[in-house]
Amino acid sequence: MGRFHPHADGTMHRHTDNHDHDHDHDHDDHAVPRDVGDHSGYTATGTARIEVLEDILSENDRVADANQKDFADAGVRVVNIMSSPGAGKTTLLKRTLERLGAATRVGILEGDIATSIDADQLEGYGAAVSLVNTSAGFGGECHLDAVMVRSGLARLPLPDLDLLLIENVGNLVCPAEFRVGEHAKAMVYAVTEGEEKPLKYPVMFRAVDVVVVNKVDLLPYLDFDLDKFLSNLKAVNPGALIIRASARTGEGVAEWCDWLLGQAGGTT
Amino acid sequence: MHELSIAEAIAQKVRERATGRPVAAVAIRVGHFRQVVPDALEFCWTMVTDATGLEGCRLEIEQVPATVSCQDCGATTTLDVPILLCESCGGTKVTLMTGQEFMVVSLEIMEV
Repeated sequence: MGRFHPHADGTMHRHTDNHDHDHDHDHDDHAVPRDVGDHSGYTATGTARIEVLEDILSENDRVADANQKDFADAGVRVVNIMSSPGAGKTTLLKRTLERLGAATRVGILEGDIATSIDADQLEGYGAAVSLVNTSAGFGGECHLDAVMVRSGLARLPLPDLDLLLIENVGNLVCPAEFRVGEHAKAMVYAVTEGEEKPLKYPVMFRAVDVVVVNKVDLLPYLDFDLDKFLSNLKAVNPGALIIRASARTGEGVAEWCDWLLGQAGGTT
Repeated sequence: MHELSIAEAIAQKVRERATGRPVAAVAIRVGHFRQVVPDALEFCWTMVTDATGLEGCRLEIEQVPATVSCQDCGATTTLDVPILLCESCGGTKVTLMTGQEFMVVSLEIMEV
């Protein structure tokens, strides 16, 4: 439904000042269903359409690019970790920090709507932790965007790090929409969440490079059909690496850490 | 619920382009695959505009359906739900053709 119908009739209105546009407009064609227009508020003076055609998130992407440049300058590789609430991101991070030890200099940027509970849990493992609470504005954001990450970076010694792990806000929808400047995206998925989620949240599942299928120690007690889940996952993201893991028992943590070190360009 | 962030991003673009002129409407184009809830976005838009000098600026949302093209049978499917399947052969090897649009299309500036 083209909103900009070129027309020869330029006499419908008269411009009284200079506009930075050179296209035709059509003031009779507000072809939007819910806008059955009472335009009386402004038609007396006339209106003019100016074309914008810019991505809504271009400002976020601009800051994400700036973040990525800072990461490159500091020589740090960055992984954005996403999941539902309660899938086990924080516990997996604890196991990760234990395993990587002092050989890899890790920073954590911890995103939470409110509280420092997760960030506090990650203290004492030798990693630099920066907490970003997203509730500074109205309501509390359900994701980290590039600007929030940038604010958190100021509290991290980037040049001293090899790897920065961003623990995003627990949510299967919103974080997938916002680039923050990361090099790779990872997802932690708990087997308690059911087999169908890749089909219900395809944007998130498509966006990630690796899926850690967590809490597999619970499989004997669940009806969860792992093969069905993997088939659903392959349908939306055939290229994702899949790691079976249990942050509780330690299963899969080595493989996950190897993948992280691969991102950071190092080895165990 | 990332509609508030999106409403703020739209308002920022509107202010940049309007450079102080009053704005009657902003037209945006949103693909169905962008997980935006139009009603929630309109609610957030009212909240954002009332606070930032864009009071009364209408938000015109043009929604673009998600379509996929099947790599196996070549059929094009318009998706009613965000499940990437070919309607014709049931295949999962599909390429998303439309539905990821996310753009501020135009502004309607009031001439005074």
